[in-house]
Amino acid sequence: MGSSTLKLGRATRDAYGDALLELGASRPEVVVLDADLAKSTRTGKFQQAHPERFVDVGICEANMVGVAAGLAAAGKTVFCSSFGSFLLCKAFDQMRMAVAYPGENVKFVGSHGGITLGEDGASQMSVEDFALALGLPGCVVVHPADEVSAKELILQVAAQPGPAYVRVGREKAPLLYADASGVKLGQARVLREGTDVGLVACGMLLGPSLEAAELLAAEGVQAAVVDVHTLRPLDTATIARVAEATGALVVSEEHLTTAGLGAVVAQATASTCPVPMEFVGLSGYAESGAPDQLLAKYHLTTADVLAAARKVLARKR
Amino acid sequence: MKKLSPSECAAQCKVIRRHIIEMLCAAGSGHPGGSLSATELVTAIYFHFLNQDPAQPEAPDRDRFILSKGHGVPVQYACMAERGYFPVSELATLRKIDSRLQGHPVKGALPGIEASTGALGQGLSIACGHALAGQLDGAAFRVYCLLGDGEINEGQVWEAALFAAHRRLDNLIAIVDANALQLDGRCTEILNIEPLAAKWTAFGWHVIELDGHDLPAIYAALEEALAHRGQPTCLVARTVKGKGVSFMENQVEWHGVAPTAEQARQALAEIG
Ligand SMILES: Cc1ncc(C[n+]2csc(CCOP(=O)(O)OP(=O)(O)O)c2C)c(N)n1
Ligand SMILES: [Mg+2]
Repeated sequence: MGSSTLKLGRATRDAYGDALLELGASRPEVVVLDADLAKSTRTGKFQQAHPERFVDVGICEANMVGVAAGLAAAGKTVFCSSFGSFLLCKAFDQMRMAVAYPGENVKFVGSHGGITLGEDGASQMSVEDFALALGLPGCVVVHPADEVSAKELILQVAAQPGPAYVRVGREKAPLLYADASGVKLGQARVLREGTDVGLVACGMLLGPSLEAAELLAAEGVQAAVVDVHTLRPLDTATIARVAEATGALVVSEEHLTTAGLGAVVAQATASTCPVPMEFVGLSGYAESGAPDQLLAKYHLTTADVLAAARKVLARKR
Repeated sequence: MKKLSPSECAAQCKVIRRHIIEMLCAAGSGHPGGSLSATELVTAIYFHFLNQDPAQPEAPDRDRFILSKGHGVPVQYACMAERGYFPVSELATLRKIDSRLQGHPVKGALPGIEASTGALGQGLSIACGHALAGQLDGAAFRVYCLLGDGEINEGQVWEAALFAAHRRLDNLIAIVDANALQLDGRCTEILNIEPLAAKWTAFGWHVIELDGHDLPAIYAALEEALAHRGQPTCLVARTVKGKGVSFMENQVEWHGVAPTAEQARQALAEIG
């Protein structure tokens, strides 16, 4: 899905399962909680390997986050998972009061992010999880685009103390990284250099951004492509450098445009290097459908990134 | 509408089960287990108890049916189609793009859907709101709300249970589809919710425990609930997840996967 020229890897939720296995083996203080979605979120892998350090709390997201806070306060490194939608929306006050405010060492991993979970429909889709997680001061916010960066970033998140939210996806994701070297939490990665327009994206929108860059290159337009996998702490230096070099940005994400990556990138460039910007993302709730059909209907395709690039290039002139 | 007798309803249930299998197979995803466990309960409501005109599903005096366990919506769609809310042919659009038959119920997408559910735990509160409005207005309508036994892990359900009893919402009937399974496993292993009847009683509800596939028992329980004054009623309906399809019965694996064409053929042969 997404990009036809890139090789498909596994889903980022599978990389989460792998990361948990690795952490479980090396760090006895890691405890994993899930709210009756262990099969779907892939915490089930950890459950099989370390049943004594895994707790399925039942369909009780709010209680799960409170329990996670207590475990963390007692010295555990806690991973806490559900679908991103249920985790953030049902347990937000607990994330706020019990975790973010005291700065507890709880890592939230929300799976089935965005609309590409498909047929289950809008009730299961997190389109506002970045906004909510960004609303927790001090909480690291990450959305990896492929399995390689997902596993690496989750390991790095685990290596530092404090709250974090990581969104992973249900669908197979195009491979962007050959290996994990150079994947650094808090550092945006320039996947392609360019001088005319900067295509900034996270997650499933990297594929379309890279494809759009190819198409633009055929027209003589050099587009940079940047993977901003970490929304907080935001790599403002890299974003400012790309804004400066290109003079125009398109920010693309599988999230509401009003309060996600586009918003933080716009805020960052406003105080460093203001340039014309266009935004590709969601403006509302989606619906049931095949992931590819949803991406097309809700304007998250290569054509949409391309159109936004043309628009911002016109504004630049 | 013509109210079906329990024996007529049993025949109707076969038709509903067939639709469930066929629509999930066509969709290629969805939740058979919890649709099949609730078939007698939902069919009895739609074909005997629910005072609702399919042509006017928004009439203010209608009875309400709120599917709190939203993933079970295929059984509701099947009943609605058979009752004439929309053409039976539309069932084949379940979960497809642009369809009114969303993977979980969406209010506004399809007339007759009272609440958007699918994030578990919210339906009973919305049902309480409808019941409270009925009480405030002195209206005669009744509110039916179907919940899952895993779903009622959610704390909000128990807030709603307290509220309904405190407000003496005797126009409200909660039905727990107690099929003993949730997504990751058996309820007793994930988060024990028993003893269910004692819990609802302790929360101030009139409780009737019954076999949720026994239509005469369902009819009798719903009649009793309608007659009961001063308290909301909860039906603790003991059911079998995947009921009617041998290879799905009591199998947690059949919570959320659709049958293949071959499996659907087998299932339809068993249902008859
Ligand atoms: C808030 C929330 N958490 C998790 C889920 C994922 N989920 C969907 S169905 C289900 C299990 C429900 O079990 P139960 O209520 O017993 O339903 P049934 O057995 O009738 O299918 C879960 C955990 C969800 N839909 N909503
Ligand atoms: Mg159940």
